[in-house]
Amino acid sequence: MIELLKQPWPWYVAGAIVGLTVPALLILGNKHFGISANFRHACAACLPANIKFFKYDWKKEVWNLFFVGGIIIGAFIASHFLSNPAPIQVNPKLVEELKDYGINDYSKLLPSEIYNFKSLLSLRGLILLVGGGFLVGFGARYAGGCTSGHSIMGLSNLQKPSLIATISFMVGGFIMANLLLPIIMKL
Amino acid sequence: METTIIEKDKNRSILMTDTDYEVRSLDTLCINDSHIQHKWYHNIKYALVGIIFGITFTKAEVISWFRIQEMFRLQSFHMYGIIGTAVIIAMISVWLIKKFNIKTIYGEEIEFHPKKFNKGQIIGGLIFGFGWAMTGACPGPIFAQIGTGALVAIVVLLSAIAGTWTYGYFREKLPH
Repeated sequence: MIELLKQPWPWYVAGAIVGLTVPALLILGNKHFGISANFRHACAACLPANIKFFKYDWKKEVWNLFFVGGIIIGAFIASHFLSNPAPIQVNPKLVEELKDYGINDYSKLLPSEIYNFKSLLSLRGLILLVGGGFLVGFGARYAGGCTSGHSIMGLSNLQKPSLIATISFMVGGFIMANLLLPIIMKL
Repeated sequence: METTIIEKDKNRSILMTDTDYEVRSLDTLCINDSHIQHKWYHNIKYALVGIIFGITFTKAEVISWFRIQEMFRLQSFHMYGIIGTAVIIAMISVWLIKKFNIKTIYGEEIEFHPKKFNKGQIIGGLIFGFGWAMTGACPGPIFAQIGTGALVAIVVLLSAIAGTWTYGYFREKLPH
């Protein structure tokens, strides 16, 4: 059983569990699945700076901070007790492309050439991690939610604005990955 | 003199509670307010859901930068399978909750709020997509990456919070 759990989980198992998160949160306490809201709660808690958008009682949303705290613990459990020593299996076409950018380490889920503190000192690392993170936080709030709030929670409740947001997320990702990233990765 | 100050304070506090709902409902995803007062430890159940979610994200490699790159290059079905299955399962669940009027474990009505369209969903959505492809992570995976020990993701998280703050600062001036 443990051996089976250590293998990479197939998409239908993961998809079902992620999907069941929606009714779980609703039934446990009328909570709507939405992770990027936590960035806003962090602003409201730490630096509201008299901005109206951050002046609300974030303590009412503390459940969501517990939820992401759980995600951190879950990821720790998975990577320490259920980890699979085999390198990640990636499409050979991607391997070929990434070789051009000097990315060859597939031993972890994240490329060690980008995801380390030293890379923050390079222009490429700085743009990808700091710039990319900024765009995720800015864009998610501007769009009124992220992949969890719009693409899963919103779509499951048949919300047309969530469909528009989801299409925009994907279009943005396609433009970045295929047109802009090749330039950034060569920096 | 003193009474006016008290009067003013009172008004302010009324104003505060009123705008609280209004501001939160702008787009904080959860605006459902429970009328039952809970002790803090009632939140542990959400952490347990989060733990299962975090294990799943990590074991299914959703948090992998490589998987996101494959997805945006149409080189793998994996991520589409996960998102598609999740949406279908969640959709059926929401339908069942509405159909059978299923209540929370505390017996409260489960509420849904319609979302309104605004241009932010397109502009913000595109910006979010850029960031998603760069970091290989949407908000959930950022937290999970930190949990796996990729501590540099803390920088990504802080940057995302800074991005959200910047949005809040310029919110009134941005097209919506």
